[in-house]
Amino acid sequence: MAPLASGDPFEVVQMEDETVPEFSNGKPKRRYHFRWWRFIVLLLAGAYILIPLYAGLKFSFQGVTGGFSTLAYTSIPSAPGFTAALALSFKLAIVTMVVSTILMVPTSIYVHLRMPRFRRVMDVVSVLPIVIPPIVLIVGVIGDYPLWARSSPYLLSFMYVILSMPFVYRSLDAGLSAIDLKTLTEASRSLGGNWIKTMWQVILPNIRPALLSATVLTLALVFGEYTMASLDLWTTIPVWIAQFQVSSDGHVQVAASMVGLIGTWILLILVVSLDRSQSRRNRRRTA
Amino acid sequence: MTISEAVVSDPGASAPGSETTPSKPKSFRKSLRRLESAFAVTPFVVFAFAGLGVPALAVIYQAFHGNTGGWTLSNMRLILSGSSNPTTHGIFLIGFENSIKLGLISALIPGVVGVFVAYAIQTSKSNLLRRLTSTGSGVLANFGGINLTFMFVATLGSAGVLTAWLHAVGISLSNVGFNISGFSGVVVVYMYFQLPLMVLVITPALGGLRQSWREAAENMGASSLRYWIHVGIPVLMPSILGGMLLLFGSAFAAYATAATLTLGLIALSPIQIGNFLNGNVIAGETHVGYAIAFGMLVILTVVMLMYSLVRKRASKWLR
Amino acid sequence: MAPRSITRVLLAGATLASVAAIGVTAETGAASGAASVNWGKVTHLTKTGATSMSSLVKAAKKEGHLNVVALPDNWANYGNIIKGFSKKYGIKINSENPEGSSAEEIQAIQSDKGRSSDPDVIDVGTSYAVTAKSEGLLAPYKVSTWSEIPAGLKNPSGYWFDDYGGYVAIGCNTTTVTNCPTSFKQMSTETGAQGYKIGLNNSPLTSNSALAGVQAAAIASGGSLNNVAAGVSFFATLNKNGAFVNTIADASTAQDGTTNVIIWWDYLMANGGIDVPGWKVVIPSDVLLGEYYTQGINAGSPDPAAARLWEEYLYSTTGQNLWLAGGARPAELAFMTAHKTVNQTTLAKLPALPSGETPQYPSTAQITAAATTVNSTWATEVGASS
Repeated sequence: MAPLASGDPFEVVQMEDETVPEFSNGKPKRRYHFRWWRFIVLLLAGAYILIPLYAGLKFSFQGVTGGFSTLAYTSIPSAPGFTAALALSFKLAIVTMVVSTILMVPTSIYVHLRMPRFRRVMDVVSVLPIVIPPIVLIVGVIGDYPLWARSSPYLLSFMYVILSMPFVYRSLDAGLSAIDLKTLTEASRSLGGNWIKTMWQVILPNIRPALLSATVLTLALVFGEYTMASLDLWTTIPVWIAQFQVSSDGHVQVAASMVGLIGTWILLILVVSLDRSQSRRNRRRTA
Repeated sequence: MTISEAVVSDPGASAPGSETTPSKPKSFRKSLRRLESAFAVTPFVVFAFAGLGVPALAVIYQAFHGNTGGWTLSNMRLILSGSSNPTTHGIFLIGFENSIKLGLISALIPGVVGVFVAYAIQTSKSNLLRRLTSTGSGVLANFGGINLTFMFVATLGSAGVLTAWLHAVGISLSNVGFNISGFSGVVVVYMYFQLPLMVLVITPALGGLRQSWREAAENMGASSLRYWIHVGIPVLMPSILGGMLLLFGSAFAAYATAATLTLGLIALSPIQIGNFLNGNVIAGETHVGYAIAFGMLVILTVVMLMYSLVRKRASKWLR
Repeated sequence: MAPRSITRVLLAGATLASVAAIGVTAETGAASGAASVNWGKVTHLTKTGATSMSSLVKAAKKEGHLNVVALPDNWANYGNIIKGFSKKYGIKINSENPEGSSAEEIQAIQSDKGRSSDPDVIDVGTSYAVTAKSEGLLAPYKVSTWSEIPAGLKNPSGYWFDDYGGYVAIGCNTTTVTNCPTSFKQMSTETGAQGYKIGLNNSPLTSNSALAGVQAAAIASGGSLNNVAAGVSFFATLNKNGAFVNTIADASTAQDGTTNVIIWWDYLMANGGIDVPGWKVVIPSDVLLGEYYTQGINAGSPDPAAARLWEEYLYSTTGQNLWLAGGARPAELAFMTAHKTVNQTTLAKLPALPSGETPQYPSTAQITAAATTVNSTWATEVGASS
């Protein structure tokens, strides 16, 4: 397709691998407008997300006197309590992910296969953590849970499984709906596989993207959740950063925020890169 | 909720495990199946009840009890009092009102923008962009609290980077009515995690828009706009509504970000709860905090009901 | 059959015995640390014997550690106090959640009961100590110098006792501000020309010190300890004039110029609390409002001997003078001044009190009432006028 005469740089973008359909009235021009439009959207959204990051990074790299300094960052790992908080957050993340998977995956598979009407119930229940705000949940927990439960940090894990339920369930539900679960299961069973084998070797690999997405979201949640952890008086990384910030100078405050954000981001990218089927997914296009 | 739901047939008919001895009566098998089903979802139900039901019940219980023990409506009367009340000046009602307003604005704007952004990302050719945004939206959706506040103060505060840039171009933020500690500031800051949240939620639904539909629409001569109005948006509508409900809940309930950003300059319900339960000045009045929490539960339940009504109508198209 | 049932009986018996043994050792283990004195029940020291000072020291050393909560290092010199105590007695101090609030301290006592980090002692706003006592969370204990604490600063049965206090003060950066305010009145007439950027250390809806600032503003503006509304109006005026900066004002904001005037406790800004060159702290000339913080011992303290030794240390001359070095006025200051045990040099460093002003100390009831008013009107009055 020849670029439009106006010379607008956006229009030089190549069309995707779509030919003009045979029976259409052939109007390629609107494709170009759409391209241009998308660029604007991405530019504005990108600016909105990236400018504050830039501002934060710029401020955190400033020394007290205004020059460039990495002091804010170097003082973080050696600060008291950092490693303990990091360890706690990791422990909570792993326990949350494991418990969430063990709870939600078999339940979702079973419900998809045998109890489709129950899906409506699960839909509602999995939205409840949004209806009941975290702050309400945690004050309820503080007021009512037995002492032996509140003495353990894994109570937070338990609550995080609840908090992540909307995302995990949504992910799994979409993943299970996208594959032909019934046929897969029947095929596997008729070939002689028992339920465990079926689940482990047939179903799970097919919903791996959904599972990975759910895991990643849970990880992000655990490393970003502040309200419940702080009110339950556990020093996870977000709580530690907040405590550390209040007692430090402005540059360290912002540096700590940046570390929390970018650190979690890198962690997630690492987890996602481990998935081999990612590239296969990306080749699917939307209409 | 999706078209593929129709693919899942009736459970009783051909599920693999049902090749039991034909001599057993059908009702027995049915009750066995029912028992099995009940057993299978028990962990989930127990979990959900322990994690959601118990705290909710605790909140309700505490909201209707006073410091002297025994059931009382005094807490509820306190939080529902109007501006003529000399003790409260109706501040709790104002808190509910502001929180609802904030929730609505923060659901609509990032909600709509989020659909566009998600679509733009999904249809781009860059794998890198998609990977970055899939992880990024997860991280940013959970980024909040004091971290977000500090970052935005470095951006839009009085000594902020963006403030300085805008000043250089002749735009003064305060003249346009923007105040980082005020309502406008909170909306702008909230968008930072609301937008990624919407992108996160709507992206899988976008994957459900089949290429074939688009081509079919083109074959019939529909313009892009008509495609969207008659095919795209109706198909997406349930997910868009779901996403907006999520956004409303998230904005309505956000605590740490609002607390550190406004320092009490705007009356918001979560902050008020925090003041009663975790502050440094009002000791021993936790029940009022629980009453506010109960109020939030009621509001959110109403919103959820409205959502399910609207969604039923929106999903009709898919059935 | 016979041998099998005998084995079973033996097994059951062994299990029962071991459980009982564990139970017994647990019980005695806790108490036997100090020659079977239950330090959790000791209410005061005796000159000699099992509950004397030397026994206490021995028992505390055996416990080996102390849990404190919400004690920032630069708050009233707690950093040095903690170091001093650890060095003197070799007891390790575990300092949790330094920036925590009084409410969090109380909550920690309740929810940490099973955790090893359960706080032994608390330092909270007085109203919180009163509430904690009414909920049975505190253990009564009278330090050796009990009589030196003024009557108005302690609970008669020993459940809580004030530790240090200060006055609401105005801190100002003399290098960047030409005409530093010395009174609330001076701040209220500011129309932006002076370039004041006035900050409170936190939100008065949740912070005790910020609330005190508002109460002081009330008194200076025609209100009183019983009526804080004038204080809220004061800040509304400030905000309208563009002189109020709604942020957490601290050393960091003083440094980068976001706030060049801060209203806070004198002891938190003086003595290097805000280490900005040229930072001057004055007590306002139109109001002298003071408040004390309060000590208490957790009734369920995991280290009861160490807790009591800590209190003895705090209320000894050493401890009191360490607080004084932090710019705070210790509870026994009057006694120490009269008996010349006070450190004169640090005493001289305290900001001068304005003449002609009688100090006012808000009671718990007045603080609660003020908090209620501020919580109900701050957003609509101060917020609306921005």
